[in-house]
Amino acid sequence: MKVAYREIEGRSAGYWFAVIVCGLVAAAGVGSALYMRAQGHHVTGMNNQIVWGLPHVFAVFLIVAASGALNVASIASVFGRSLYKPLARLSGLLAVALLIGGLWNLVLDLGRPGHLLAAVLYPNFRSIFAWNIYLYTGFLVIVGFYLWFMMERRLNPHTHSVGVLAFLWRLVLTTGTGSIFGFLAARSAYDSAVLAPLFIVTSFAFGLAIFALVLLAGFKALGRPVGARLLARLKSLLAVFVAAVLYFVAVYHLTNLYMAGHRGVESFMLVTGGVFPPLFWGGQIFVGGVIPLLLLLRRAPQGDVGALARTLAFAACAVVAGGLAQIYVLIIGGQSYPLQMFPGLVVKSSFYDGVVHNYVPHWPETVLALSGVAVVALIVLIAVRLLPFLPESLEDHVVSAHGARTQASGAEGGEPLVRT
Amino acid sequence: MSDGSQTMEPRDEEGGGHEPDALRRKLLKLAGAAVALTLAPGVTVLARDLVVKGSGGRKAPVRYGLLIDANACKTGCDACVRACQDYNGLSHDPGPDNAQWIRKVTITNPKTGFSRSFPVMCQHCENAACVDVCPTGASFRRPDGIVLVDKHRCIGCRYCLMACPYKARSFVARNVSDQKPWAPRGKGTAEGCTMCVERVEAGKLPACVAACERAGHKGMVFGNLHDPKSAIAKRLSEVATTTIRADLGLGPSVHYRGI
Repeated sequence: MKVAYREIEGRSAGYWFAVIVCGLVAAAGVGSALYMRAQGHHVTGMNNQIVWGLPHVFAVFLIVAASGALNVASIASVFGRSLYKPLARLSGLLAVALLIGGLWNLVLDLGRPGHLLAAVLYPNFRSIFAWNIYLYTGFLVIVGFYLWFMMERRLNPHTHSVGVLAFLWRLVLTTGTGSIFGFLAARSAYDSAVLAPLFIVTSFAFGLAIFALVLLAGFKALGRPVGARLLARLKSLLAVFVAAVLYFVAVYHLTNLYMAGHRGVESFMLVTGGVFPPLFWGGQIFVGGVIPLLLLLRRAPQGDVGALARTLAFAACAVVAGGLAQIYVLIIGGQSYPLQMFPGLVVKSSFYDGVVHNYVPHWPETVLALSGVAVVALIVLIAVRLLPFLPESLEDHVVSAHGARTQASGAEGGEPLVRT
Repeated sequence: MSDGSQTMEPRDEEGGGHEPDALRRKLLKLAGAAVALTLAPGVTVLARDLVVKGSGGRKAPVRYGLLIDANACKTGCDACVRACQDYNGLSHDPGPDNAQWIRKVTITNPKTGFSRSFPVMCQHCENAACVDVCPTGASFRRPDGIVLVDKHRCIGCRYCLMACPYKARSFVARNVSDQKPWAPRGKGTAEGCTMCVERVEAGKLPACVAACERAGHKGMVFGNLHDPKSAIAKRLSEVATTTIRADLGLGPSVHYRGI
């Protein structure tokens, strides 16, 4: 049985309401950026101490999630798990949308966004930032081709090759994003090669969580059915990714704790650092790690597709919330901890040396940060109306007939379907 | 969808005629050239770096540097800071988003009570982190070792502020007025100590060094580190000095005594 894809009608009041709200928030982001450009960044909470703020937290979150959102497509076309094949188009679309949303934040926050062309005309290849510009644009092009190959029947046989390229590219891309921080020897919280692989596993979790949320919300709004088999798979997969993130976070902190020179920043992040320890333990670890694991590893009642969907949705929400806390702790916490110019000595100056820096986001950068998310939603809303990204059904018999390695009559296999 | 090969083939009238192989070869050549063109600048930069920094590289005839004697620097004196602000048109207000190209730093050893106060500015590193991370090459190092920002190329990403271990870079977060012709500033760009490059080129001392001399402290020596006859090179060969965060291997041009 072939999977049938169909554009959404997009005539409902709810659809237009969502489009208009997202459009307005995106426009507000542009307004914010223009205001920041006209007045200077002093109207934001960012300064010479907290150099990167909320727009960067959201940008890094979205960019990391972008490469992770592509995983569902990769699992289908690179690793041959055709259960995920009906989801591959949405996976590619989300990857593109999330990346554009992240770049939107980064570019509009620049001191001189109009000079961006300089980065293309005069690239400095010793800079990981310069490499990232190519990695990001390359990703958009490759995933664009990937989507085309998936949607154009005559090109379908080549989907595997493009899928492999996209998968390898996304690994390099996330390595590049992690290295923006990993290469910074000056700051105690960064300066670690483990940040690159940490970012990769983090992208798996963020991307899948956002993918699951969009899938569940979209199919619920459209009244299209999702079967238990697929939900159970996504649930298990998300649990594996969340556990992997916790492992890498543990390795990162244990390494720092073991090195005497890094204990200062560790004690800051984990115990003494004001808002950051609660955000780390409560947000990143408990909400983003423990709660999703407890939810995802709990056995769902057999046949209750609704319960399965709710569990997945709650867990995915927790992963997203914990993920934002994780990036906030890394980016803002990492800058809040003073630069160690004279390790072991008390340092004072008129330039806030030796001082823990506070950051309170002001409205211009908060609006800009949220506008990146609105852009993601706007792209997805428009794209699913224009092109057939979403399958008409993800019922068990559709996904299993599509060639999944099925358990013939597994726990969820032949259960009655519930419209989620 | 239209079939690309059908529309392209009849137009291929050069060299290879109508053979699809010729077209394919041509496309491959073009793609190869595009890849080479993209990678060439990076490879060139890396290769040049290897030559300059490797054992076979020649030492530049001039490398400007500073020696700051923390033993001579007086606690409470900020003549160098004031001179820099006045000369370069910077604000005297040390607000969190105001630029500070040079500041007086006081360090105290909590175990012994030993304390020193001395100025810290851009250290004009040999392997400057700001130059490495700058995506556009706006942060650059002159052949004489002075590290500057090209305001026309700076996109305001602030990666240099993140990367500098000396907190020597500032971001211009406000409209600037009363700019000095020799120290152009730009809202939305990064900036830092220029070692008063135009004064140096005119054979004068940087403003901070001149101010320290005027104040009679003689806590700063400026000169060519690569000239063995220069005052700074002689002094460096006589007294024990260090650089800040020498462990990072950045090779600062600013040396300190007494810290």
